Amino acid sequence: MLSEALHKKFDQLVSRYPLKRSAIVPLLLYAQDEVGCVSEEVIAEVARRVDVRPIEVIEVIGYYSMLHRQPLGKYNFQVCTNISCMLRGADDIFDYCKTKLGIKHKQTTPDGRFSLEEVECLGACTGAPAMQVNYDFYENLTPAKIDAVIDDLKKK
Amino acid sequence: MAGYNNPMGNSPLEVKVISKRFGLPDSMSLKTYVQNEGYEALKKALSMKPDDVINIVKNSGLRGRGGAGFNTGMKWSFVPKQSPKPKYVVCNADESEPGTCKDRPLMEYDPHQLIEGIIIAGYAIQSNQGFIYVRGEYRYLLDIIDRALAEAQSGGYLGKNILGSGFDFALCTHTGAGAYECGEETALLNSLEGLRGYPRIKPPFPAVVGLYGGPTVINNVETLSNVPHIILKGAEWYAQLGSPKNGGTRLFCLSGHINRPGVYELPMGFPLRRMLEEIGGGIPGGKKLKAVIPGGSSCPVLTASEIDVNMDYDSVAKIGSMLGSGGVVVMDEDTCMVNLMGRIMHFYAHESCGWCIPCREGTSWLNHMIERFHGGGALPDDADTALDVSYNILGKTLCPLGDAAAMPAISILKKFRGEFDEHLKLGHCPFEKKAVSVA
Ligand SMILES: Cc1cc2nc3c(=O)[nH]c(=O)nc-3n(C[C@H](O)[C@H](O)[C@H](O)COP(=O)(O)O)c2cc1C
Ligand code: SF4
Ligand code: FES
Repeated sequence: MLSEALHKKFDQLVSRYPLKRSAIVPLLLYAQDEVGCVSEEVIAEVARRVDVRPIEVIEVIGYYSMLHRQPLGKYNFQVCTNISCMLRGADDIFDYCKTKLGIKHKQTTPDGRFSLEEVECLGACTGAPAMQVNYDFYENLTPAKIDAVIDDLKKK
Repeated sequence: MAGYNNPMGNSPLEVKVISKRFGLPDSMSLKTYVQNEGYEALKKALSMKPDDVINIVKNSGLRGRGGAGFNTGMKWSFVPKQSPKPKYVVCNADESEPGTCKDRPLMEYDPHQLIEGIIIAGYAIQSNQGFIYVRGEYRYLLDIIDRALAEAQSGGYLGKNILGSGFDFALCTHTGAGAYECGEETALLNSLEGLRGYPRIKPPFPAVVGLYGGPTVINNVETLSNVPHIILKGAEWYAQLGSPKNGGTRLFCLSGHINRPGVYELPMGFPLRRMLEEIGGGIPGGKKLKAVIPGGSSCPVLTASEIDVNMDYDSVAKIGSMLGSGGVVVMDEDTCMVNLMGRIMHFYAHESCGWCIPCREGTSWLNHMIERFHGGGALPDDADTALDVSYNILGKTLCPLGDAAAMPAISILKKFRGEFDEHLKLGHCPFEKKAVSVA
């Protein structure tokens, strides 16, 4: 069941465009934020909202790296290893996250709390090395900072 | 925002035009904006003929800050005056070129400046609707911009009959969901229409057939943020800030091996050497410079002996590279250029949309070959083969992403061939031990 708030958001998003299907990606992303992934239910609802067949929604999903058909951990660590970050030690930061969380690229901890991903440039290059946890930016990373972030999230 | 740091550097050498309001309290609010010249340019533009607005922008020498550097006023002038289909303005806020993080502060600290620029663009081409396409990772910016849009709407700067002029303009944000290729303008249009982000064949150019088939102007965030200043202070004022045919200032993102990384607003044509030494404070640990990427990962790399260049479109083009997106990435003497190339190729292989074969196959070949090479598995012909593969991508693809991969590849293979030979001779990376991260 999608929430009332999400349905309202859907109404508002669909009304922005001269062509309804323009709303597909925004609808999917906001729904994923609530549900945890692009589930069958989400696909069906988005298709209904923009008057396309579910297969057309699925076709779009496959193109975008932020859309997932399977749920990720509650906190998704996205470590940038692109050039500006690499030059500032991002590979070590990524390795540190792997050890600390006990998972590899695109894996999730058994308790479903954390996921890890190596990602491309996040637009935080002057604060390299950088990562995002869900939508929050963390910059000038060090192992101590990673520890603090993880400890903090564990308390939540 | 948890842990979000101010990306802006601070140097007395800066000339602040589009970043001048960044430090003001509550700089993203309408209140601060209108107290500091905000929406004055819109008033002025609305009292002018649309063509005169286009001419001022054309004469200012403003060139696109998204990468290609095309004259902005010229681009606007290609939009047909009469069109049976609605015209659109689309702001490209997909910022994903590795090394580039300048649109982000523009939207975070001064969203109204961008909004005002877009409305003026809309008036100039006589369009009544615009979209701001923001990369999905910048979710917090969507909230900031949406709030600013609501403020602008209630202030009468946006919506129906703007400031009593009779001109209507609607504007809203649109979120992407992670795809570098969607920054390419025609791929962006497909993405905005709810399709996979594959590019379209040009011509027709978006100025003639763009969003929903209507004439469309697509400009970068920084490009549009400059527009209010040009309208308010005039084309000549703007042009003289920069170098000939390269009007104004530009946000440069200094990153990599540099003591003071940050986003700095400098006059167009600012010397690269001074940028690295005086603005960036040189290289950490007193090390020597090896190479610089002048404008994001798609540009040919410059060697340490090529940094006596003025940072404007024409000067950088003259030495065989590009000003690109303003992402200046610095590499010190201990950087392995084979490894760097491998990382860049990994990126393009990952982001290639797969539509055309030279790009899809070529980038992934280069990725695998160079990664193997760096890891000690180099074969004698690999460097030559990589060069050959690169030349078979260059100019043979549907959209410029192929070139964006081939150009840095060719520059590194040619300018740093010695490092490839050394890997081959040793059977491993000669820098492995020396390279220590600054972080
Ligand atoms: C693969 C690729 C990615 C691009 N990404 C961006 C981007 O993220 N932001 C941007 O403004 N322009 C990007 N561009 C350039 C756009 O296609 C287009 O030229 C630009 O938005 C035009 O605006 P401007 O004239 O104001 O620079 C990209 C181009 C290519 C080929
Ligand atoms: S050059 Fe690459 S990104 Fe562009 S259309 Fe071809 S495959 Fe897609
Ligand atoms: S390269 Fe890591 S944020 Fe840009």
